[in-house]
Amino acid sequence: MSKHPRVSKLFQKELVAEAFKHSFVKLNPAAMIKNPVMFVVELGTVIMLVMSFYLLAKPDAVQGSFGYNLAITMVLFITVLFANFAEALAEARGKAQAETLRRTRQETPANVLMPGGELKKVMSSELKKGDVFVTAAGEIIATDGEIIEGIATIDESAITGESAPVIREAGGDRSGVTGGTKVLTDFIKVQVTTEKGESFLDKMITLVEGAKRQKTPNEIALTILLSGFTLMFLIVTVTLEPFGRFANTPIAIASLISLFVCLIPTTIGGLLSAIGIAGMDRALRANIIAKSGRAVETAGDIDTLLLDKTGTITIGNRKATNFYNVNGMPDSDFIKYCVLSSIADETPEGKSILELAKKSNIEVNLSDHKDDTFIKFTAQTRMSGLDTKNGLSVRKGSIDTIRDLVQSGGKSIPVNMQKIVAEIASNGGTPLAVAVNGEAAGVIQLEDIIKTGIQERFERLRKMGVKTVMVTGDNPLTAKFIAGKAGVDDFIAEAKPEDKMNYIKTEQRSGKLVAMMGDGTNDAPALAQADVGVAMNSGTQAAKEAGNMVDLDNDPTKLIEVVEIGKQLLITRGALTTFSIANDVAKYFAIVPALFIASIPELQALNIMGLVSPQSAILSAVIFNAIIIPILIPLALKGVAYRPLGAESLLARNLLIYGLGGVIVPFAGIKLIDVLLTIFNLV
Amino acid sequence: MEFLYSAIIILVTILLAVPLGRYVSKVFKGEKTLLDFFEPIEKLIFKVSGVNPLSEMDWKQNLKALLTINLVWFIWIMFVLLTQTWHPFWNPDNILSMEPTQAFNTAVSFVTNTNLQHYSGETGASYFTQLLALAFLQFVSAGTGIAALALLFKGLANKSTRNLGNFYYHLVRACTRILLPLSIVLAVVLLLNQTPMTFKGSETIVTLQGDTVSVARGPVAAMVAIKQLGTNGGGFFGPNSTHPFENPNGITNAAENAAILLIPIAMVFALGYYLNRKKLSYIIIAVMTAGYLMLLIPTIVQETGGNPKITQMGITQPQGSMEGKEAGFGPVLSALWSISTTVTSNGSVNSMHDSFTALSGAFQMMGMQLNAFYGGVGVGFINMFIFMIIAVFISGLMVGRTPEFLGKKIEVREVKIAILVALLHPLLILGGTALASHTWMITENPGEVLKWLNNPGFHGFSEMLYEFTSAAANNGSGFEGLGDNTPFWNISAGIAMLLGRYIPIIGPIMIAGLLSQKKYIPESAGTLKLDSGMFGVMLFAVILIVGALLFIPALVLGPVSEYLTI
Amino acid sequence: MIKNLKSSLILTVILILMFGVVYPLGIYTIGLVFSSNSVGSPIVKNEQIVGFENIGQSFTDDKYFWGRPSTVGYNAASTGGSNKGPTNPDYLAEVQARIDTFLLHNPGVKKEEIPSDLVTAPGSGIDPNISPNSAYIQVKRIAVVRNLPEAQIKALVDQSIENTVLGMPVINVLKLNLKLDELK
Repeated sequence: MSKHPRVSKLFQKELVAEAFKHSFVKLNPAAMIKNPVMFVVELGTVIMLVMSFYLLAKPDAVQGSFGYNLAITMVLFITVLFANFAEALAEARGKAQAETLRRTRQETPANVLMPGGELKKVMSSELKKGDVFVTAAGEIIATDGEIIEGIATIDESAITGESAPVIREAGGDRSGVTGGTKVLTDFIKVQVTTEKGESFLDKMITLVEGAKRQKTPNEIALTILLSGFTLMFLIVTVTLEPFGRFANTPIAIASLISLFVCLIPTTIGGLLSAIGIAGMDRALRANIIAKSGRAVETAGDIDTLLLDKTGTITIGNRKATNFYNVNGMPDSDFIKYCVLSSIADETPEGKSILELAKKSNIEVNLSDHKDDTFIKFTAQTRMSGLDTKNGLSVRKGSIDTIRDLVQSGGKSIPVNMQKIVAEIASNGGTPLAVAVNGEAAGVIQLEDIIKTGIQERFERLRKMGVKTVMVTGDNPLTAKFIAGKAGVDDFIAEAKPEDKMNYIKTEQRSGKLVAMMGDGTNDAPALAQADVGVAMNSGTQAAKEAGNMVDLDNDPTKLIEVVEIGKQLLITRGALTTFSIANDVAKYFAIVPALFIASIPELQALNIMGLVSPQSAILSAVIFNAIIIPILIPLALKGVAYRPLGAESLLARNLLIYGLGGVIVPFAGIKLIDVLLTIFNLV
Repeated sequence: MEFLYSAIIILVTILLAVPLGRYVSKVFKGEKTLLDFFEPIEKLIFKVSGVNPLSEMDWKQNLKALLTINLVWFIWIMFVLLTQTWHPFWNPDNILSMEPTQAFNTAVSFVTNTNLQHYSGETGASYFTQLLALAFLQFVSAGTGIAALALLFKGLANKSTRNLGNFYYHLVRACTRILLPLSIVLAVVLLLNQTPMTFKGSETIVTLQGDTVSVARGPVAAMVAIKQLGTNGGGFFGPNSTHPFENPNGITNAAENAAILLIPIAMVFALGYYLNRKKLSYIIIAVMTAGYLMLLIPTIVQETGGNPKITQMGITQPQGSMEGKEAGFGPVLSALWSISTTVTSNGSVNSMHDSFTALSGAFQMMGMQLNAFYGGVGVGFINMFIFMIIAVFISGLMVGRTPEFLGKKIEVREVKIAILVALLHPLLILGGTALASHTWMITENPGEVLKWLNNPGFHGFSEMLYEFTSAAANNGSGFEGLGDNTPFWNISAGIAMLLGRYIPIIGPIMIAGLLSQKKYIPESAGTLKLDSGMFGVMLFAVILIVGALLFIPALVLGPVSEYLTI
Repeated sequence: MIKNLKSSLILTVILILMFGVVYPLGIYTIGLVFSSNSVGSPIVKNEQIVGFENIGQSFTDDKYFWGRPSTVGYNAASTGGSNKGPTNPDYLAEVQARIDTFLLHNPGVKKEEIPSDLVTAPGSGIDPNISPNSAYIQVKRIAVVRNLPEAQIKALVDQSIENTVLGMPVINVLKLNLKLDELK
C-alpha cells in the first residue's frame, strides 16, 4: 500500500502558503455563490463593514460602538477566510499529489514512427492521439498508450512503487503502458491512446480543483439541505427584529447578523468542498484515478463486489504442495521423476513442482540430460516430460491426459491412485498425474494458496453490508471449496466473460449496486455495466475506457479500499453536518439572552454559561463559530475513520461523538473564549 | 386520582389504536372488513359521481383530484356562510350572514381541517351551517387527510410503479369506513351523558334567583363526535368543550380526549400493518409519545402549581391554576387535553389556553410548531414523514451510504421538496407574527385602534404568536383573548391555514410519487434500518433541533419571559 | 379536468347529504331514546323550566351557594371565559375584588382557606359546578342566613358530590340550591 512518496503531513509549509493566498482569491463573490452558506456570511460581512463605518460617522447607542461592530466584522471576515482556506488547502494537497504523479511524465522525447517508416523525435507534450512511437530498453515511455507490437519488461515503480518489473505485451490483456515508466528489456511499439490534456490523470486533477469540480449528487442534495437550514435561520433572525421592537428591545444589526451566522451551518458549509476534494485526494493517494467524483461516492454504496479469484483471493497461481507416490518405488525416485517431467514445463505450476522438490533436497543436474529430449508443455498436449537415450519415458499432465496415455498402453490407473485424485479434487486442489514408462506412478497435488488476511477483509466487507462474489475459471467443486475457505458469499465458477455481465445485470435488477475490477478487453462490457468498474492500468485501453476508475497499482484488492474511501466521504459530510447543527443549542444559550437582557434582566436565568456581558457573549459565539472551522480542517481532510460496525452501531457512534459532542463542545468553547476575552480586557 | 385517569386515558387510547390501525390498513388495501355492508352504498356513490374507484392515478392526477374537490367545498361553505340570513330551515335563532372576511376565514378554516373559529357558534352559525357546512366538512376534510395518507402509504409500498391508488376511493371510504362508525359510537356515548341533540332553538328561562336567561343548544352531539375524531376541533359553542353541553362530565371528557388522539395514533400503527413493518410503527409511536410526554409533564407540573401571582395574594391553590378551567376537570385533565389537542392539530379545548400559567403556553405552542407528535388525522404522519426524510438523509450520510428511505434512495429532488415543506412552517408562523408585531408597532395607539390584544406585554405577544402557530399547524385552538375577528386576522390567518394545509400535503405526496417510481434496494448490513432504536433517537433529535430551535427566540420573548418576570 | 370537476360536484352533493343530513338525523333519532338528555336535560319545577342540569346559573344571594365567577354573567346564549393571561394586572385586580367580596360575605373565613375555583372564572362562563371545598366553606354563611343547623347543610353537600368517574369530584350548584330550597 504505502510504497509511495506521499504528501503526508497535513499542513506542509508550501501548501499552507499557497492555500493562504488562494483563500483571498476565492473571496470573489462569483465563486463564493457556489457555496450558498458561506456566500451569505460574506454578504453579512459586507453589511457589517458598511454598518461599522456608518456608526463611525453617526454613533448610535442601540447599534453599539464602532469598535464592537468592527470586531464582529473582522470575525465574520475571518470565518469566510477560514472556509476558503480549508478548500484551498484540500485543493493544494490534491494538486501536489497529482503533481508527483505528473512529474514522472514531464517532457520526455519519443521516437515517433512516421508514415514513411523513419523515426522522428517528438516531445511527449506534442504527441497526438493515434501517434505510434518506439521505445527501446533503457528508455522512458513518453505517454500513456497501448502496445501494438512487441513484448517488454517494464519498471513501473515510478507510478506504482512496486519494484518488481512487469511484462507487457501486444495483443493480450496486458498491453497498456503508462507514461513515465521505464522499459527494461526489449523493444515495443506503442500507440498513443489519449489526446493531450485528456489523460485520466488530467481528468483526476480537475476533480481536486474547487473551481472546476463537479459536485456529486449527494453533495448537491446536502448543499440544498444546508441552504434550506440557512433560509430557516434567515427567517428566524429577520423576524426577530419586529419581535424585539414589540418587546421594547430594539436589537442591534450586529447582534442579528451574529446570531444568523452562528445558527446557519457554517462549519459544514465551510468544510463541505474541502471534504469532497479530500475524498478525491484520498483516492489518488491510493493510486486510484477516478474519472468522476460520483464514481467514488457510488463506491460507498456498493452492495456487491465481483472479485477475480486469481490475484485477489489467491496468490497468483496454484502451487504444488504434495507428492503422492503410488507405485511402490522409493519416494526419492518418484520425486525425481516428477522433477524430470516438469523441467520443460515453464508454467508457474511447473516451476512450483521444482521448488517443492527442492524442499525435499532433490535436484536434478541438467548436464546429466544434455542429450535427452525434453517435451515441452503446450496448451494442446497438456503434458510435459522427458525421453532419455536409454529408453526412460516420463510424462506429467492432467489426470485425463495421463489416463489416456496409460490406457493406450493397455494398462489402467490403480484404484488407490484414483482415490487420492478424488480426494484432492474434493478439497479444492488440482491433481496432476505422473507416468513412468507408460505406467501410472503417482500424483502431484496443486493447491490454491489463499492470501493471508483475505478472510478478515471479506468479514469487514460483510459488516459493511457488501456481498462478495468470487469469479473463477475453476470447476464448481474447486470454486466452492475456495469460496468457502476464503469466506466469500458467492462464486461464479467456470466463468466466461458473459457470465460476469449476466451476474451484474441480475444483481442490478434487484436494486443492488455492483462493483468489479477487470483488465481485459473481454471485461470492457461488464466494466461499463457495473456501477463501479475499476480497470487495471495494465489492462487494455478498451477496459480503461469502459471503467470509471483506473488503478495504477493493478492491485485487485483495491476495490475494497475504494469502497471505504466512498463511505468515508459520506460519513465525514454527515458527521460534520450533525456537529454543525448540534452546535446551535449552545449558541442559542449564548446569544438569545444577550439580545434581550438589557430590557428583560430576568433572562439572565438563561445565561447558563455565565457569560460576562451581552457583547462578550455575542463576540465569543461568533469567534467560536469561526475557529471551529480550522480546528476541524484535519478531520475534513483525513476523513472520519470508517469502522465496519453495521449501520446501527455506526450511527450510534457518530451520533454520540458528533451529535452529543456537537452539543457539549461549544458550551465549553464559548465559555473559554469569553473568559479569555475578559482576561485580556477585550470587551 | 386525576394522574391515574390521565394515564388510563393515554394507555387505553394507544391500546385501542392498535386494532384500529390494523383495520385502517385493511380499509386502505381494500381488504375484507366487518363493515363491508357499506360496500353497496359506496358503489352507488362512485357510480353516480362517475368515478371508477379501481382506476389508479399517479401523484399528479391524485393531487389534482384532491385540490379540485377541496375547491368545490370551499365555494360551498362560502356560499352557506354568506347566506345564513336566508337559510330555509334549521335556523331557529335567525342567525345572520357572516361578514365576508370572517366568512373567508371560517371557510378556509373548515376546508383545511383547522377549525379556527373567529365566530362564536351559538351566535354566529345557524344549525343549517353547523350541519350542512361545518359538520360535513369536519368529515370530508378529515377524510382528505386520511386519503392523502393512503396515497403516501401506497407510494412507500410500491416497488417501481407510478400509481398511488385512487384519491376518491380513499376519500369516500375514509369517511364511511373510519370516521362515520367511530363518530356514531362517540355520539352515543355523549348522548348517554346528557349532551343535547336537538333542533329546537334556545330556551328562555327564569333562574332560581329570578334572572331571565336564554340558553343556547342544538344538534350538539353529532358535531362534537366528528370534531374530536377528525382532529377538527371546531366546537358547536364558542367556548368549545369547556361548555357543559359539549362536555358534560368526566366520562365525556375522557372519551373526547381519547377521540382526539385515537385516529392519529392508529394511523401510525396502520403504517406498520400496511408495509408489514410493525417495528417501524412502534419506533415512530415511541418517538411521538416521548415528544408528547415531554410537553405534557411540564405542563401538568406548571398547572398544578397554580398561578404564582394569585399565590402572592394569599390564596393557597391546592387545586392548581383554575382560571379558564372547569371545576369538573381541574388542572391535570385540562393540561392533558391541552397538550393532546395541540400536538394533534385538533384544536378543541376543555379549558382556555390563554389563561394557562405562563410556561404552559410555550408547551402548547411547541406541540403545534413541531406538529408531528401524533399530528392530525392523516396529515400527522405526513408531517412526520418530512422530518423522517431529513433524519434519513443526515443519518444515511453518517453511516456512509446514499440515504435510503425504506429501500428507496433519497436524492436531490426529495431533499429539495422536504426542505421546502419544512421551511413553510417557520415562514408562516414567524413571518405572520412579525407582520402582526410590525403592524402593531407602526400603528399609533394600537390598543384603541386595532383592539387585538386582551393582555399587555409578553402575553400579548404570545397571543399573536399562538394565532399564527395554530393557523399554520391547522390546529384551530387559540389564545382566545386575541381580538381576531378583524380583516387583518381573518385574511392573514386564512392564508396561513391554506398554505399550512396544502403545501405539506402536496410535498410529501410528490415525494411519495417520486419514491414510488424508484428501484427498490434490498436491505443489507450497511443499510440504516429505520425500525432501529438508534434511528428513533436520530429522528427525535432532528425534530427537536430542526423543529424546536427555530421557534426558541420567539418563545423566549413570549411565554418564557412572562414566566421569568413573574 | 372537467371530468374531475363534475365528479367532485356530484360527490360533494352526495357527501353533504350523507354527513350533513343523514348522519345528524340518525344521531338525532338515537337521541330521541334519551329524550330528556337530547334537549339539554331541563329541570322542571311547577311546570316551569327553572334551568338545565348542566348550565350554571348566577347565584349572588347569600342564602344560596355561590357558583364560580363568570366573565359572561352566566349568559348561556353567549358563553366564554376571561381569556386573561395569568399575569395580566387587570385580571389580578379582578381576582382581588372577588376575594374581597367573598370575605365580606363570609365573615370568619380566612383568605388562605378560599378554594381557588371560587375566585377564578371557568372557560365556559357557565360552569355548573364547584369543588366540594368551595361548598363546604359556604355552609356556615348559609346556615346563618337560613337559620338551619350547619350539620344538616353539610350533610346535604356531602350527598351532592358527583362526577367521581374520570373527573374531579364536584357539586352541581343549581341542584344543590334546589335541594336547599326544599329543606324546611
